[in-house]
Amino acid sequence: MPKWFSPAVLVCGAMFALSPLVIANAPYESTMGLVQKVFYYHMPSAWVFLTASVVCGIASARFLATGNARHDRTALAAAEMAVLFGLLTLVTGPLWARKAWGQWWIWDARITSSLVGWMIAWAYLILRQYGGPGSEKLAAGLALFGMANVPFIYVSVNYWRTIHPATTVVPKLPFSMGFPLMFCLASFYLLMFLLMKLRVRVAEQQARLDAIYLSLDEEA
Amino acid sequence: MLRAVWLIVRKDLTVEVRSRELAYTTLFFALSCVLVFAFSLVQEGRAAEGVGAGVLWMTIMFAGNLALGRTFERERQSETLRALMLVPAPRPAVYLGKLAGIVLLLALTEAILVPLVALLFQAELLAHPFWLVGIVVTGTLGFAAVGTLFAAMLVRARSRDVLLPVLLYPITVPVIIAGVRGTMAIAQPDFEVEVVRFWFLLLVAFDVVFITLALWTFEPVMTD
Repeated sequence: MPKWFSPAVLVCGAMFALSPLVIANAPYESTMGLVQKVFYYHMPSAWVFLTASVVCGIASARFLATGNARHDRTALAAAEMAVLFGLLTLVTGPLWARKAWGQWWIWDARITSSLVGWMIAWAYLILRQYGGPGSEKLAAGLALFGMANVPFIYVSVNYWRTIHPATTVVPKLPFSMGFPLMFCLASFYLLMFLLMKLRVRVAEQQARLDAIYLSLDEEA
Repeated sequence: MLRAVWLIVRKDLTVEVRSRELAYTTLFFALSCVLVFAFSLVQEGRAAEGVGAGVLWMTIMFAGNLALGRTFERERQSETLRALMLVPAPRPAVYLGKLAGIVLLLALTEAILVPLVALLFQAELLAHPFWLVGIVVTGTLGFAAVGTLFAAMLVRARSRDVLLPVLLYPITVPVIIAGVRGTMAIAQPDFEVEVVRFWFLLLVAFDVVFITLALWTFEPVMTD
């Protein structure tokens, strides 16, 4: 691993350890009170989930086009990130929605597309796990289709009615709320980056090990 | 290119006419689905309002999944998939041929399914036959376009029977939403043409995007 990796892990750990303090110091939102604080973890996980999905889709498209295994390893790591942070998003969202809208789950466009996107990322991993040899190309095809699908799901669900807060809320937040949000966002992105780096590294080692086994077989 | 597509469709049709395996199993499975839905959704002799559209599309998707798995399993068992891949025609032609075969089979099933659902679930599905055909055909095409590619990809994968629905259903969510909503709008007493047209156009856009993507991906994913 590069030299900066261990210090970066320490920084990331420290940021997550500090985040409850930063969040606790943020002011209470007037109508939702304490429950609103879920938001400081909910939105960063959602952003990381979205970023990871896009990275997975683009890496898959490049893998299909070039056949370079490096893109495939990136796509796999990104898909795992998408499943992990997608789960965080889908768990923290209802906690907030129960208080804000009085319901655990609402079939709103953004929520539904997140759920379906998360399912596609998970299906990607299931395919890689149980599909047997050659499944990485199939999974790349799935990721590409999954990415193309997002606008369709969004439009089709949106035609009902949308009540999820718009992203335009964020720039208007006061500093006392904006700072904890940005802090958490940075922590989550750093975490995603480090985990992906680690996962790609594991995949690289696996590929090298496989290559060594193969060459030994040929010599024998 | 078109000739190759036609030859593949003709080959599938000839196999089908001789064995009638897919047509019978798909149709029978679709009927069983409708029956199961009827027992679970019809209460006191009446179905809840608007249920018919949902039943129709769930049945299409379940039966379609079965047919998709079977049509490629047949090629695999008789070792004809390799021959199909060696056909001196561009790979997209093979895809289009297979897709056309599946759509024809599903259309045949739907021709029986739609009146049956309308009858058993008291849904006015046939009130606007042209729009209904439009929604059903574009929806089936979108479902089959994704399904044909995935079923073809999975032929050589392990546990393909389970993986096909796992991959197919999340991707075809827009088809089921647009299909069900569009069909419901047709069956409504106060028919609003704008609503139906919106869903129809969404399905057309879905078909165009996903058939294009499938044509592009079929070549790399089907090459070893």
